[in-house]
Amino acid sequence: MDELLSPILSKYNYWVYITLMMIGLYAMIAKSNLVKKIIGMNILQTAVILFYVSIGAKQGATIPIIRHGHEGAAAHAVRAADYINPLPHVLMLTAIVVSVATLGVALALAIRIYRQYGTLEEDDIATRITGDIRKSP
Amino acid sequence: MRLFALIIVSGCGFLLIYGTADFPRWADPAAPACTHVSDYYIEKSEEQTCVPNIVTAILADYRGYDTMFETTVIFGAGVACFFLLRNYRRKAPEFRLYRHVPTGITFRIEKGGKFPDDSAEFKRIDSLWTPQDIIIETAVRLLIPFIQIFALYVIAHGHHSPGGGFQGGVILGASIILFAISKDLRSAITRIGEQTSGLLCSTGVFVYVGTGTLCLLLGANFLDYGALAGLFHSTTAMARSHGIMIVEIGVGISVMAVMVCLYYIISSAGNMDEGL
Repeated sequence: MDELLSPILSKYNYWVYITLMMIGLYAMIAKSNLVKKIIGMNILQTAVILFYVSIGAKQGATIPIIRHGHEGAAAHAVRAADYINPLPHVLMLTAIVVSVATLGVALALAIRIYRQYGTLEEDDIATRITGDIRKSP
Repeated sequence: MRLFALIIVSGCGFLLIYGTADFPRWADPAAPACTHVSDYYIEKSEEQTCVPNIVTAILADYRGYDTMFETTVIFGAGVACFFLLRNYRRKAPEFRLYRHVPTGITFRIEKGGKFPDDSAEFKRIDSLWTPQDIIIETAVRLLIPFIQIFALYVIAHGHHSPGGGFQGGVILGASIILFAISKDLRSAITRIGEQTSGLLCSTGVFVYVGTGTLCLLLGANFLDYGALAGLFHSTTAMARSHGIMIVEIGVGISVMAVMVCLYYIISSAGNMDEGL
């Protein structure tokens, strides 16, 4: 039993991010409402952020802020094993804000589409577009 | 369609789960991601930049280009929303609603009627009539100064504690959005106008790029804050710390303004008169 569980328990962070990512992907593919697609996109982004943050973790290490750092630079030796990996945190810090920005642009596009076609349902928009094309000549 | 999506999604999920077999276990100190360059950053960043918070040091110094273009992406998102939605050719609404503040009576003035000036007695309200809520207004008025001070603290103390320009900017923007939600969009726009927020968006990016260019003019590489040592009369490492501070302030201004801009435009669907 232990042999069966240990590979799952030692990698559960990947399972969580895969689950979230699949939920987001499913929403983006299967849902026909544009707002639901945007929400799916956000869930997918969150899954990627979780994945990156989780690979930064280290057993027995603390947050990446040097202890007693303000008492003078290089007064003490810094061991890399004492601090978790700061790099994924940096990458995700910017990714979070950029995801807000992409969410803003996506919502702006959705408002624009709603103004043009009066609906956010993908199928209705498609029929309106083909109807417009048939009408125009 | 749903079945098709389910097949694709579960296929993807299976492949990803199959791939985790080769991944290092969670929190493994010997994982490939935690070895090569990460150790260098942890051991050297304080010596080279005088910033105890390694994340801030990497964000604004080692990966300065990345953050600069990230700020530009946010600025671009604000500009994109503006061009997608801003609507200047909107005809005047059919009627306006005014509230007589002392009595609480609401007036509906049709087109062609005389609109009263906004004063202490008459207040224009949104066409979707909202009741006056003194509890929310008072609570928010008490909260906003503390939120803004906390935001400034997060920006200014980003060297020594978790924080920095992005987080502080978002909190600062949230305080303004909270104000706009608690009163109405018009009173927020009279305080921080459309032009002001647009100018602040570009000011932040300009501060960032300007700092980089200043380093270039002083004879170093672009965004190599060590060149500012002569200006600050300090050591090279301390100059990097100051350079990171300036850049973080720029990022904070830009992020705050973009958040406010996005809220104004999206909540009012581009009309900038009434929103949530």
